[in-house]
Formats: sequence, C-alpha cells, structure tokens
Amino acid sequence: MKMRHLFVFTGGLLFGFGLAFGGMAKQEIVLSFLQLEDLGLLLLLGASALVTAITINLVPQILKGPLIGGEFKRRKRTLSKRTIVGAVIFGVGWGISGQCPGSAWASLGVGNIPVLIGIGSMFLGAYVMGRFFT
Amino acid sequence: MASRRVQLSQILAGIHLEHVFFCIEKTYLYSEDSFYDMFPLGIVPYIVGGILIGVGVSHIYIATGLHATQSSFFSTTLSYFSKRPYFQQKQYLDSRGWRLTFAVGVILGALIYVITLSPNGFFTTSVQWWRLALGGFLVGFGTRLSKGCTSGHGISGLGSLSTTSLYAVITFLVVGILTAIVVQALGVIP
Repeated sequence: MKMRHLFVFTGGLLFGFGLAFGGMAKQEIVLSFLQLEDLGLLLLLGASALVTAITINLVPQILKGPLIGGEFKRRKRTLSKRTIVGAVIFGVGWGISGQCPGSAWASLGVGNIPVLIGIGSMFLGAYVMGRFFT
Repeated sequence: MASRRVQLSQILAGIHLEHVFFCIEKTYLYSEDSFYDMFPLGIVPYIVGGILIGVGVSHIYIATGLHATQSSFFSTTLSYFSKRPYFQQKQYLDSRGWRLTFAVGVILGALIYVITLSPNGFFTTSVQWWRLALGGFLVGFGTRLSKGCTSGHGISGLGSLSTTSLYAVITFLVVGILTAIVVQALGVIP
C-alpha cells in the first residue's frame, strides 16, 4: 500500500509539473484556446494522450503485470446519454471559467488561490450530481 | 517536331520554375504567419508539458496498474463526508486514499515548477469569482455525470482508444469553444 502511494505521488508530481509548465494553471491560457486564439492546448492534450496510448497499449504486452503486483486493466466506459449530457455541462463550465479538475489542483500549486472558489464549487457540483441524479 | 518539343519543354520548365518559386515564397511566408497566429506562445511549452503529463500517467500505470485520472477525486473524497449509497460505492472507497495522494502530488508538482522554472514566480488569475464559482459547479456536476474530464476522457480515455471517451472529448471541446466565444462576445473579459 505504501509503495502504491509513493508511485502515485511521484506520478502526480510529474502531472502537476507538466500542467503548470504547459500553462494550464492559468485560466486565461485555457480560455485563449477556447476562444480559438491559441491552439496550444490541443498539442498538450495530444502529446499526453499519445504518450499514455503507447504505454497502455504496449506495456501490458511486455510486462505480466504492474511492478507492485496486480494486473493491468483497461479503463471501461460505456457510452450512454449521461456521457454526452455530462460532457455538454462540463463544456459549458469549462467555457465559462477556463477550469477543469486537474488544472484546478495545479492552479493551487502556482499560487492561483482564487481557484479555491472553483474547487469548492466542483465539490458542490459533484455532490448535487451524486445526491440527486443517480 | 523536335524543336517544337524543346520549345514546349522550355516553356513548361519556365512556368514551373516561376510557379515553384512563387509557391515556396507564398507557403513560407504564409505558414510563418499562420503558425504564429495559431500558437502565439510557441509550441514547446505545450508539447513538453503534455509529454510530462503522459509520463506521469504512464509511470503510475506501469508501477501500479491504476489509471491516474482527476475528476473521480470529488466523488471519492465526498465518501468521507456523505453516507449516501452513491458515494459509498466500493470502487470509491477503494480508490479514495490514493486519489488524495495524487491530488497532493499534482499541487506540489506545480509548486516545484513555480520555484524552479516560472519566469515571474507565483501567479494568479483575473477571471471573476462568479465565473470560477458557476463554471466550477458545472465542471463538478458534468464531469461526474459523464464519468470523466479532460484527464479521464481526454488523456486516459483517448489513450485507451475508447470511442466513448472520443465522443465525450469532441462534445466538451465543441461546447467549451462555443461557450467561451459566446461569453467573450457578451463582453466578459478575460
């Protein structure tokens, strides 16, 4: 269990460093993508998805299982109306504020403290979803 | 006949050369312009940042087999506070510990960036508080309804070659762009 937390923590460091390095901790940069003034966010998303795709698809053919034990599992999601309606609602919130869950944590790390308002609201939104729409 | 052929080929060669020069000039100038238009801050931070994120996700996957995604954090952390059956799902109880660790790692990773490389040190946003609040609520609600965000559907979902995630990504990209453009058109800056 301790090993799991160690690897998750170090991976989180890389994730947060990459988000901040790529400008995602500043909502203005995310908004400049959504206003189609700077398409760089697509490069960041593409590069991270490509590296992840190579790992998820090739590593299970080389290793029998994860280094600390267990097995490699695919991330399973079935398409439903909720997938799309949820993505629409998320898109509206993203377009209004330039925030998404990962970049919100990175924002805290760079001293972008107003985003605490956004994180509190994300908790509230997640609670209302789980409380009234399941 | 032979001389006519020579003439024709000479004409063609002349046209070609001129045409090619024109095209090179045009393409070069045009591409430089439009490239700057599309990426005013350059492409290096985005590509390097994206690779680092991918390496972080890969590192966790290879070591532990976990898919390091973001938005589930809200539901799993709420399981500490709410006894509702939705929040007490086994998969949430099983993952709530490492998801907290992951969030702390992301915060500290961004902090390390500021300390080591950020040109102007700590920085903040000038986006209005009501936009952070309203947008945040919709982000929390929408990502949990959709079971994924830019990280879950975007990075891990596309990385898993999931068509479900592809549809979700296209949807939130299109809706996000439309929303941001409408908000901007209404005179709300930044």
